[in-house]
Amino acid sequence: MSTAVADIETHDHHGPEKGLRRWLFATNHKDIGTMYLVFSLVMLFVGGTMAMVIRSELLSPGLQFVNPDFFNQMTTMHALVMIFGAIMPAFVGLANWMVPLMIGAPDMALPRMNNLSFWILPFAFTILLSTLFMAGGAPAGGWTMYPPLVLQTGDAFPFLIFSIHLMGLSSIMGAINIIVTIINMRAPDMSLLKMPMFVWSWLITAYLLIAVMPVLAGAVTMLLTDQFFGTSFFLAAGGGDPVMYQHIFWFFGHPEVYIMILPAFGVVSEIIPTFARKPLFGHDSMVYAISAIAFLSFIVWAHHMFTVGMPLTGQLFFMFATMLIAVPTGVKIFNWTATMWRGAMTFETPMLFALAFLFLFTIGGFSGVMTAIVPADIQYQDSYFVVAHFHYVLVPGALFAILGAVYYWLPKWTGRRYDEKLGQIHFWLTAIFVNVTFFPMHFLGLAGMPRRIPDYATQFSDWNFVASIGAFGFGLSQLLFVYIVISCMRGRGEPATAEVWDHPKGLEWTVPSPAPYHTFEEPPRIPSAQTFS
Amino acid sequence: MIRRLSLCVIGLLVATGARADWAINMPRGVSELSAETYDLHMMVFNWCVGIAVVVFGAMIFAIVRHRKSRGVTPAKFSHSMSAEVTWTIIPIIILLIMAVPAAETMIRIEDSREPDLTVVVTGYQWKWHYTYQGENVGFYSTLARSSSEARHKGAGIDPATVENYLLDVDKPLVVPKGAKVRVLLTSNDVIHSWWVPDLSIKKDAIPGFMNETWFQAEQTGVFRGQCAELCGIDHAYMPVVVQVVEPGEFRAWMDAERQPPAAAATIGSTSGTR
Repeated sequence: MSTAVADIETHDHHGPEKGLRRWLFATNHKDIGTMYLVFSLVMLFVGGTMAMVIRSELLSPGLQFVNPDFFNQMTTMHALVMIFGAIMPAFVGLANWMVPLMIGAPDMALPRMNNLSFWILPFAFTILLSTLFMAGGAPAGGWTMYPPLVLQTGDAFPFLIFSIHLMGLSSIMGAINIIVTIINMRAPDMSLLKMPMFVWSWLITAYLLIAVMPVLAGAVTMLLTDQFFGTSFFLAAGGGDPVMYQHIFWFFGHPEVYIMILPAFGVVSEIIPTFARKPLFGHDSMVYAISAIAFLSFIVWAHHMFTVGMPLTGQLFFMFATMLIAVPTGVKIFNWTATMWRGAMTFETPMLFALAFLFLFTIGGFSGVMTAIVPADIQYQDSYFVVAHFHYVLVPGALFAILGAVYYWLPKWTGRRYDEKLGQIHFWLTAIFVNVTFFPMHFLGLAGMPRRIPDYATQFSDWNFVASIGAFGFGLSQLLFVYIVISCMRGRGEPATAEVWDHPKGLEWTVPSPAPYHTFEEPPRIPSAQTFS
Repeated sequence: MIRRLSLCVIGLLVATGARADWAINMPRGVSELSAETYDLHMMVFNWCVGIAVVVFGAMIFAIVRHRKSRGVTPAKFSHSMSAEVTWTIIPIIILLIMAVPAAETMIRIEDSREPDLTVVVTGYQWKWHYTYQGENVGFYSTLARSSSEARHKGAGIDPATVENYLLDVDKPLVVPKGAKVRVLLTSNDVIHSWWVPDLSIKKDAIPGFMNETWFQAEQTGVFRGQCAELCGIDHAYMPVVVQVVEPGEFRAWMDAERQPPAAAATIGSTSGTR
């Protein structure tokens, strides 16, 4: 592969534009990837600040800092910002940077659309965040936007809907771009089943996005017409049905859950083989497992609604279908364990995050199986147990995978090795505090504490106190992450080699670090027997 | 009679009010179905713990033993059909073991036939209204004054000093012990959810629609819960309180409730209109 490196260097004849034009008119996948990642980091802190407000208020019983209305605005906005602003754009940023490098393509297939799909996001979130200053405040009906409650939103309502439309547009364009790139621009010898796992996971995620974002757009548009144009899709008084909204929303909402976790599966499948120094166990069955999870995600939506009153047969169907998801998810967990088995592991920061993902995402999976059991779920529904469950799959699940991915590929992006000692400190602080924050929430939910309340009965005081302390620690620890990343971006730290790690597999390690502005202008040649995971 | 009953209620409130702090598990509850639900919850939990021991055990073993610092050379294997078939089949079997009893309980939960008593629960922003079907009795149930005074920012009252802070109402739903109580739920404005952990019921109250659930309390006492579906600013301030009494006591209470509103007002209750 050393010849490929030489080729790239000779073709690197024009670099980036100077100044603001480089970013505003960016068509280079690396620049756009960087913008996505920086944007999502900013949003992580915006959403995180809201979480700090929530946890401050919940530190002790009684109202100390905010009134209930503002508290509800915080829970609603925290979710919208974290889901659509932090987690999803972070994975799109990783895809932008890494998919072309991993499949040996010179860039994304549709670079101008790539620019548009990124630049929509700052506008969408400016609109969404501006609602905090509007009459009636920001949306406070929960990120699920259930009618009739969401129709009580003040001036913010149309802005909420419009910002969701924009986020959907951005996601759909991003997804189309990723699919076209993967299908058309792979290196000549890279068959679909030879593709790296991260690329596979994104291919399937992109199809999920295209399938469900329009459904969300439809649901919120119906809310808009119910509010302003006299329709009554969801208003019983006009012959509509508020529960129909929930069915439509969760038909989007459940695949959305996998949109946020499948790329994380991809990341973990890249990191573990590198640090176990052993090929990924069961590459093909991993692909089939992701496909099976993606399929099942379309037929389990009503498990979010076990208390709305459904026919018995419907409840049983959704219970069985939901339990079935444990099978392909289990296959993935077992395959990662088998990848580690009899390997020669080292524990650099990316590997630590991947291992924490393995343990803690599995805990989220266990509580997922528990919530599938309808009679028990009737108790868990809308309690803190559910809050614990989805934070376990989204924080030590999706977010840990993103943090691991950043540590894994940061030397490739910046050409500098991050400070390993600081990385490890960041990991341990994050991993400890995430459990201090979210594990007690299981207890709170089981003991009967509902979610989305600004104040609670005094028997819930102790665990809320613990959870709040954990949350403050978790939030502060992330400042260390920002410091580590900025240090590398500023060119501090040891220079990284092309391989960075100990003989990792994959085309991204055949280009120099930092990756030149243009890579793979000639498609790379791949040794015949090699798969890239 | 009424005075004695209210004393009795206060006694019960004190007795059941203080649930242990640091609670970590679901209450077993006071109905057959709540106990069954608890058992299902524990069964699935125990399976999860068992699986965790095996899977986490394997991971920890690999992390401890198969590390480069021990000088091992990595193995080369990357697939095994038999292993993959095994860890596909075994989870399916475990899931079936969980699914069968869960489905059986589900069928019992949905069987609300032949109730002894039917109560219509209507959610309002932010209180509940209870109507005893076929009886001329109905009233609102709102957050107790003691909690209401302490709940505001800068109220200067420590919630710890308030009896059943946020879980107390001016007038609880009263039902007889051992009776199968059918609960019909609807709402006047937005979606609410009527949740009593000890009775193992939670059902959404949806405007324009009638939902149905039921419970049969096997013990007397006061059982507390809250609205579980976000319903606006005061979502946290509309508790559900169900008082289960002996059948005789229930009949006496019902007779007293049936009196004209003027008489009811003298005992300080906030009877609503039907």
